[in-house]
This record gives sequence, structure tokens and C-alpha cells, in this order.
Amino acid sequence: MEDTALQIRGLNVAYGDQQVLRDITVDIPARQITAIIGPSGCGKTTLLRSLCRMAELVEGVRVWGQVIFDGKDIYAPQTEVTEVRKRIGLLAQRPFPLPMSIYDNVAYGPRLYGIRQRAVLDEIVERQLRAAGLWDEVKDRLHAPASALSIGQQQRLCLARGLAVEPEVLLCDEVTSALDPLSAQRIESRLLELKANYTIVMVTHVLRQARRMADYVLFLYLGELVEYGPAGEVFNNPRQARTRAYLAGEFY
Amino acid sequence: MSRLKYVEERIFLVLMVASLVIVVGSLAMILATVVVRGLPALNLAMLTQTPRGGYYLGKEGGILNAITGSLALAGGATVLSFVLGLAVALYLQVFATDTRLAHTIRLALDVLWGIPSIVYGAFGFTLMLWMGLRASLLGGIITLTLVELPIVARAMDEVIAMAPFELREASYALGATRLETAWRVLVRQTGPGLLTAVLLALGRGIGDAASVLFTAGYTDRLPTSLMRPAASLPLAVFFQLGTPVPEVRARAHASALVLTIIILIISIATRSLTGRLKRHVIR
Amino acid sequence: MWALTLLVALLVPFMALALLERARPLFDIAPPGRLLLASEWRPLKQEFGFLPFIAGTLWVTLIAMLLATPLSLLCAIYLAEYAPRRLRELVKPPIDLLAGIPSVVYGLWGVLTIVPFIREVVAPWAREALGFLPLMRSDNPTGYSVLAGGIVLGVMVFPVIISTAEEVIRAVPNGLREAALALGATRWQMVKGVVLRRALSGVIAAVVLGFSRAFGETMAVMMVVGNVPQLPRSIFDAGYPLSALIANNYGEMMSIPLYDSALMAAALILLIVVVVFTALARIALIQAIRRAA
Repeated sequence: MEDTALQIRGLNVAYGDQQVLRDITVDIPARQITAIIGPSGCGKTTLLRSLCRMAELVEGVRVWGQVIFDGKDIYAPQTEVTEVRKRIGLLAQRPFPLPMSIYDNVAYGPRLYGIRQRAVLDEIVERQLRAAGLWDEVKDRLHAPASALSIGQQQRLCLARGLAVEPEVLLCDEVTSALDPLSAQRIESRLLELKANYTIVMVTHVLRQARRMADYVLFLYLGELVEYGPAGEVFNNPRQARTRAYLAGEFY
Repeated sequence: MSRLKYVEERIFLVLMVASLVIVVGSLAMILATVVVRGLPALNLAMLTQTPRGGYYLGKEGGILNAITGSLALAGGATVLSFVLGLAVALYLQVFATDTRLAHTIRLALDVLWGIPSIVYGAFGFTLMLWMGLRASLLGGIITLTLVELPIVARAMDEVIAMAPFELREASYALGATRLETAWRVLVRQTGPGLLTAVLLALGRGIGDAASVLFTAGYTDRLPTSLMRPAASLPLAVFFQLGTPVPEVRARAHASALVLTIIILIISIATRSLTGRLKRHVIR
Repeated sequence: MWALTLLVALLVPFMALALLERARPLFDIAPPGRLLLASEWRPLKQEFGFLPFIAGTLWVTLIAMLLATPLSLLCAIYLAEYAPRRLRELVKPPIDLLAGIPSVVYGLWGVLTIVPFIREVVAPWAREALGFLPLMRSDNPTGYSVLAGGIVLGVMVFPVIISTAEEVIRAVPNGLREAALALGATRWQMVKGVVLRRALSGVIAAVVLGFSRAFGETMAVMMVVGNVPQLPRSIFDAGYPLSALIANNYGEMMSIPLYDSALMAAALILLIVVVVFTALARIALIQAIRRAA
């Protein structure tokens, strides 16, 4: 395996008494697309969100174990949470444009980190809107409210917004599930291009999407890691019976 | 730069907690003031006798006139506003469910809710002049009904809206008319909720002074007739506090304590009912 | 039921018309505009200038809002965004209770604690330390002042602003919060830049509702403001709000010609201002909540 972006070591998450993730240990490769698959309620989203310390936002959640990123455990006490979230971006299932203009949405992150010069911001906004494939559609109305965009455009805007803080890892939580097929396809092709520079971890319940996009596949069942490996192997030659059953569509 | 954002958050957190302490602390201070000043002056005679020794300046006797007066005023107004308010709430929920008209009426009720009670007093007084009424229990009840009506109607409107929609459909499907549906299903399902609305209004009615100031008047006697003036607790506090006699002022403090205790009881009753309501309503 | 409901809906205009009808004789001696800006109040000489009372109302309301707005909003933000659920459940009932306390009890509290505090502590200190400032001059030795009225009113307004603002802030979708946090915003950066921006119209509406509540409040204010018909020049001066004017003089209003018209005109002013502000705030709130859903 090439270089590793994230080393997950004995990661556990519990909501109150209910444990949703058990002892997950796995390495996420850099500059590849890793898809997390599994039936609904198996902890896919929780796993994804615990990689950027967003899982702990729910009241009553406990997380223990390690996620090592760039040589440091993101759950170590001295870790700065905002720094983790800056370097490991999360793209949500549904687009939530911030209540401001298209331009300000993309500039929001850089501004948080103190970038004020207009020229620099202009450059970032244009570059990231291009990277998200939205520039041509919005370049004439950058100062219109972001809520006026279609839902597919909003999702690409959220992608641009996430890229603007220059993360190294991009976590995508069923990012196409709220979109029409055409918009979904646009997002997919953007992600495939971005793979060259970013480590991408995606959650999906659409197996065909995982087949189309993933280099590595991680199968999660009832909070446990069942199988992990290169996409071709997992899809064509699953080692575990539960993986075979899931891929055969015996449960969702 | 990156330190600064944490410093800012720290500062605001301190300010926020301080604000919360001030807000909750002012409540504690008000209650403490009323208890500390009111308790020494409170005795059984206060609660069981009417004032003696002249027009609310006497040092003897109690405030039974004001306690019974307030109960009569607020009780009468609450019964009236319950009947009228239920009609309005049912109309909003059953006939005009989500129409433009319903939204306009809700807005009107919310605006009515916000109108100061002194304005209700002035309006009630105007009404009474037209009706040929003098300051009396009846005048006070009419005015307080106007004060309470938007509270009852709006609170019941929201309570009924919480009743599960399938219940209504089930009842329609069984061939019930709309009115029967309204009565049988909604009122029964939402009983405790309606009661909280009533308690809310009762609390406002008992505590309100400016609206009864010139519509109910004040008297040292117990309320026996609708056409005679009636005393009320808030006004007992106000008038007694306005005298130079220390004993009478002390009675104002005791009256305020009685009033506060009544309001506290109503508030606690409302709260425990709300808790029970949440447990029983089917969702 | 339909007729009754309609009647209720028409109550506001009906009240306005009734008060206008009663106030009309007053407008025969001078047009409303002149009455509002005249400062002479001598009922026996048929002079009815409302300016001192309007000024009194504005002074106490303004002081109350200056005090209550920041405190209430900070409180609402804390309860909606920071407080753990158990703390919120612990402090919400007392705050609701604050809204239910009768206004004479607030007045009594003002008379027993705020007025003496201003008389004994604040005013003497201000005389020494702040006398040179224009709004701080204190030569009223009683403590009954627009400041006392403003403080008592401010406390009365707390629960109004807090409960409305908290509701509006909580109605902001969680996805927006997460979007900001996921970019590495601190919680406060998220609150300031995203949540408050989204909830802005509703938060303003909450403040306006507090303002309308303060504007017409009667008993508590009139027990502590001193009730001197003058244009207050300092926060330590006594004032005489419109509401107190009505409440204090209802006894004689039928025995002096035009006096009742003048008091009804005062009630009409209160009604119009409060109705306009409340209606605007309510409409804004409905839109704010609907947009969030």
C-alpha cells in the first residue's frame, strides 16, 4: 500500500449506553478514494464524522481510541480541534449554504484564518469555484445570495467552500443522495479529478457508486469493521460471508 | 491571530454566563425581597378579615376583600375567556385550519396579547360608559376577559394543533360531523393542555392591575354584587404602598407576598400539567 | 364561532376607533401634531401638551432596552448554543416565572430595593464622579427616577426577549452550524458569523417585542419613576410616562373638561405604537421560523 493518510487505531464511539462503533482499526491510503459501505444504521456516518471530530457534537457522545493524522493523534488532548477540522474537510449529505453571498460562502473559511486581502480572496474564490465546476455558472452573480442556487449548484458550492480552506483529506457523506442524477454525476466526476491531490473518504449506500469511484472499500456491519481492501478484491472476491450477503443484496 | 479567536470566545462566554446569573439572580432578588419584607407582616388576620379603620388606610384587619375580589375578577374573566377562547381556537383548528384567514386571526391574537393592560383599562372604561356601567365587578370582569382572551385562544390553538392529525381523520371517517369531531376528539385529547392555557390566563388575570384600576374600582368590602366595585390584590399592594403609615405599608408587602404565592402555585401547577401532557399525548 | 372569531380579529381596530372617538374633542382645541409636541400640561387651563409624557415613556423604555437587550441576547445565545441540556432545563422555568410575576410586585421590588439603591449609592457616586457628563447630572435626591423605571422595566423585559430570541436561534438548522464547524470555525465564530446572521431578523423581532412590552407597561414603572411632568435631562431625573399619566389621573378625568379625552388620547398613542411594533415583529418572526423549517 502507498502512503497512509489516516491511521485509525481502536476507535470506539458510543451514544449513551449504545455503542455504535467497536474497535475500528484501519489505514486510509492517501490520494485514493476509500468508500465506506454497509447497511443503514451500521455506523458509516459516525465513522466518517469521527475522522474530523464532528461526531462528538451530539450531546452524550463518547469517543475513544486514536486517529493518527500527520503523525499526531487527532484525539490527543493538546490537539486543536479547529486545526483538525480545517485540514480534514467534511462535505455533508445535504448542501447547507451559509446565509450570505456565493462569494462570501467560499471566502468564509479563508477569512476565518485571517485572509483579508481582496485580491487573494478573489483568487481563492475563482480557483475553488472552478475546481468544483461551478465557476462558469455563477461568475456573473458572485454577490447573489447562495440560497438562490439550485440544490445541485449548492452542493458544488459547498464543495468549493470546503476546498477553500485547503484541506488534505475530504470526507464525503452521501454527498449525491439529495441530488438529481445529472448533478450527482457532476459531483462524482469532480471528486475523481480531486483524487489526484486529496485523500477522499466517502460514505455511500449506493453500491454502484462505490464500484464506479472507490479504490478501496471498507465494509461496516453493526458498528464493526468486517472487511477492508482494494475495491476490486472486495467487490469481486469478498472474503467474509457477511460481505458476500450484503453485496448480493440480501440486506440493506 | 489564532490565539485571539479563543480569547474572544472566552470573553463572550464569561459575559454570557454573567448575563444568565444576572437574569436568574434578579428573579431570586425579587422573590427574596417579597418574602423578607412580606413575611413579618403576614398573619392569619390578614387572610381572614376585611380592612378596618377606614378606606384602605386602616391599620387593622386584613386583605380578605382583595383576595376574594381578585379571585372573583380573575375567576369570572377566566371562565368567560375560556368559553370564548375555546370557540375561537376550535374555529381556527377545525374550520380554518391553515387558511390565510387563520393566519390573519392568529396575528391579530398575537397583537392583542401584546397590547398593554392600561390600554385595555381605558378601552374597558369607554365600553362601560356606553353600557352605562360604573366601576364594578362586572366592568372589571369584562375588561379582564378582553385581556385574557388572546392568551387563552392562542394557547389553546397551539395545544389543539399538537393533537395528532390522524385522530381527526379517524373521527371524520366514522361519519362524525366537524363539530362533533372538534368536541369529542380534540377537546378530550387535549384536556390537560387546555387546562394549562386556562391557568396561564388565570395567572395573568390575578396579577393584572392596570386594567382593573378604573373598571373594577376598589372597596373595603367583600365582592357580593356584580354591580358593586371589587377590590383586587395588585391594587391592594399599590394603594397600601402609597400611604405614609408604616403599618399599612407593611400590609402592602404582605399583600405582595400573598399575590406572589398565588402566582407561584399557578405557575407550578401549569408546569406539572405540561409535563404530564407531554407524556400522554400520542405522537 | 365564525362571527365571534371575526369579532376578535377586529378588536384591535375597534379599540382604536373607540379610543379615537373619545379623544376627538381634544383635537378641536389643537391638531394632534401640535399636542404631541407641546410641553405645557395644565388641564385646568385646557392646555394638554403630551411631550413630557412621551419623553418620559421614551426615557424609561430606552434605558430598559439598553439594559435588557445585551443581557437578554447573551443569555439567549448561551441557552441556545452553549448550555448543556440539563442547565437549560434548570434555568428555563425560573425565566418563564419571571414573565409571570405581576407588575405590582416588580414595582414593589423597585420601591424597596432599586430606588433606595439609586438614592443611597448610585446617585451620590454619580454626583461625585460623573457630574460633568450631560446625562448623569444628579440633583434629584429621591431616587425615584427614569433610571429606576428603566431598571425595573428592563428586568420585566428579560423573559420576553430571552424566550423569543432563544426559540429563533434554536430554529436555525443544525446543518448550518456543522458547515461552519467543519471548516474549522470555533463555536463563537460559528455563532457570530452564521447562526446570528441567519437568525438576525428574528432576533430583532424579539427585541422589538421587548420594546413594545416596555413601552406600555404601567404599574411597575409608575411606582418608581417619580411622576413629575417634565422633560428629563438626566437619568436621575424623575419622569412621567404616558401609561402612568392615564393610571394616576383616572379619578378626576370626568370632572375636568376634556381631561378624559386627553387620557384616552394617551391610551390611543400607546395602542398605536404597540400595535404597529408588535405586528411588525410578529410578521418577521413568522417568516423567520418558516424560513428555518
